Amino acid sequence: MEKFTTHTGLVAPLDIANVDTDQIIPKQFLQKTTRVGFGQHLFHDSRYLDNEGKKPNPDFVLNQPEYQGASILLTRENFGCGSSREHAPWALEEFGFKVIIAPSFADIFYGNCINIGLLPITLSEAEVNQLFALSAQGSLTLTIDLPQNKIIAKTSNNKETSYTFTLDNFHQYCLEQGIDSVGWTLNKLDKIKAFEENMPAWQ
Amino acid sequence: MTDSTPNTLYDKLWQRHLVEDVDGETPLIYVDRHLIHEVTSPQAFANLKYHNRPVRHPERTIATMDHNISTRSIEINAAGEGAANQLRTLEKNCKEFGIELFGMAHKNQGIVHVMGPELGLTLPGTVIVCGDSHTATHGAFGALAFGIGTSEVEHVFATQTLRQTKAKTMKIEVNGKVGAGISAKDIILAIIGVTGSAGATGYVVEYTGDAIQALSMEERMTICNMSIEFGAKAGLIAPDATTIAYVEGREYAPKGDLWQQAVNDWKTLQSDDGAVFDKVITLNAADIKAQVTWGTTPGQVTAIDSLVPSPNDFSDAVEKESCAAALKYMGLTAGTKITDISINKVFIGSCTNSRIEDLRAAAHIVEKYAANNQKVSTNVDAIIVPGSYRVKNQAEHEGLDKIFINAGFEWRLPGCSMCLGMNDDVLTEGDRCASTSNRNFEGRQGRGSRTHLVSPAMAAAAAIEGHFVDLNA
Repeated sequence: MEKFTTHTGLVAPLDIANVDTDQIIPKQFLQKTTRVGFGQHLFHDSRYLDNEGKKPNPDFVLNQPEYQGASILLTRENFGCGSSREHAPWALEEFGFKVIIAPSFADIFYGNCINIGLLPITLSEAEVNQLFALSAQGSLTLTIDLPQNKIIAKTSNNKETSYTFTLDNFHQYCLEQGIDSVGWTLNKLDKIKAFEENMPAWQ
Repeated sequence: MTDSTPNTLYDKLWQRHLVEDVDGETPLIYVDRHLIHEVTSPQAFANLKYHNRPVRHPERTIATMDHNISTRSIEINAAGEGAANQLRTLEKNCKEFGIELFGMAHKNQGIVHVMGPELGLTLPGTVIVCGDSHTATHGAFGALAFGIGTSEVEHVFATQTLRQTKAKTMKIEVNGKVGAGISAKDIILAIIGVTGSAGATGYVVEYTGDAIQALSMEERMTICNMSIEFGAKAGLIAPDATTIAYVEGREYAPKGDLWQQAVNDWKTLQSDDGAVFDKVITLNAADIKAQVTWGTTPGQVTAIDSLVPSPNDFSDAVEKESCAAALKYMGLTAGTKITDISINKVFIGSCTNSRIEDLRAAAHIVEKYAANNQKVSTNVDAIIVPGSYRVKNQAEHEGLDKIFINAGFEWRLPGCSMCLGMNDDVLTEGDRCASTSNRNFEGRQGRGSRTHLVSPAMAAAAAIEGHFVDLNA
């Protein structure tokens, strides 16, 4: 996993609540046995007018010229609900997103993001509203400073606003250091063995 | 936490599985049982191979084929090229890592959350995970069970543990007795209607109350299955005599002395009197009517005798906007009677409602109509997909398949099927489906298709009448 320290990028505003993982990556694209090849199908049903993915839907935010190259997704509550498919964060990451900002995330999706180094940031609904308003005024660039837990918003008129966010300490450590979580836990095999020795026989 | 502090069932399950909880690290918990299937495991196996790591406990891992498979043929190739590749990859991986696999038409094959409980792989007091969000189903046995992503599947393979943050606790109490014909599906949809689609995000929910205790294990599984549909990390029902009677004698359940030890232990698995929950929700069972979803999240649900709502019925701005968007997608007009909504497809199946009791409930309705020579409407295509080969065989033994086939339903082979449409059981644009599954998301059953979540009895009646029916009217 790549280390995450700071990131500066353009915001794409996806103003929809309860975006589920079926919308992020529909089931017909889940038949791969590799972790790559999902970005092209991100938000397929909204992004394309046809089933083949050849005719972009001009009304969809990610197809609009002002959001090309966006790397920060700004969205609404309960983002990533539904299926546990990690293919959803894989698709977001491969498409180019590094950060997702929302008032709330579904639990499994949130954990999946942390595990692949895609940073999910929870802000209050008021702060998210503010960012949507800033984004509506013209292209909005954010700098995410993970070690400082800080977001700096820079609008086209060069005005700056800052926000703070919190992250579980261990999640923050893993993201900043790019920790291989399996390797980390394998260093604790003695603890796991000791636990197993004390388990009831039926279990 | 001292011994004298009353604990919730979740606290007890958490404590007994805590391997390590140190400052600065997310707690590490032990996983007793890992269920896997073809869709969310290949990348986890690939990473194990890349790092040259073994599966720590292949004997604690069980695989089945369910998501992708054809419900018309037992041939792997019948599922299509991509699916067949995934199924063969699962076969290869299970062989290489020594994992027991229930492959095509194996007597134990079935939807992972139907197969686990019916084989006795699902036991009270254990931690069960699977790369599938409906793992919450197994909470019906008083097991801490939840869905995980593929990176976590890999973590469990390599370490038999997971890093988890302790969730908050919610008690949902359903008091009294439900009315005639009200199913577990109606109870859980009514609960989600109260909480909304994210009402339990960050919580583990324990379902209690007379109406829950009165349920069979199949019904309890339907309740816990949909815990994820209102955001819960897991759903739990404390094990009792019903649970123990269900598990006893099943193929993988403990036997002899071990069985007695297990039962003695399971009897301690209830929330203590006075245990404090972070949130409590109470429902009166007698108030629950048959439920039908009208929107594109499971929380957008209402009673059979009511009307499709209007955005003006909601005060919250997000709910108002979501209602407007859902009505547009669903092609519904506010104020329409739910019983006036016509459907052209019916799906009875999925890990929510494909067990023997679900099929019996549907068959019971079909038989009633058959007595008046009424069959599946000429405007409707209706399929029935049993949850496993064991369910299929039991249903055929009871003659349920004949009842369905004679009434014009298609009787298919087990699998996840049209719940998510990864195989060829998909709806086409504009189709409107009465479905016993768990998600009515946009495009879930096929791009541009419209899903109404209902109970097996409602789905069976809708297949015959061509619209939703108030069976209690």
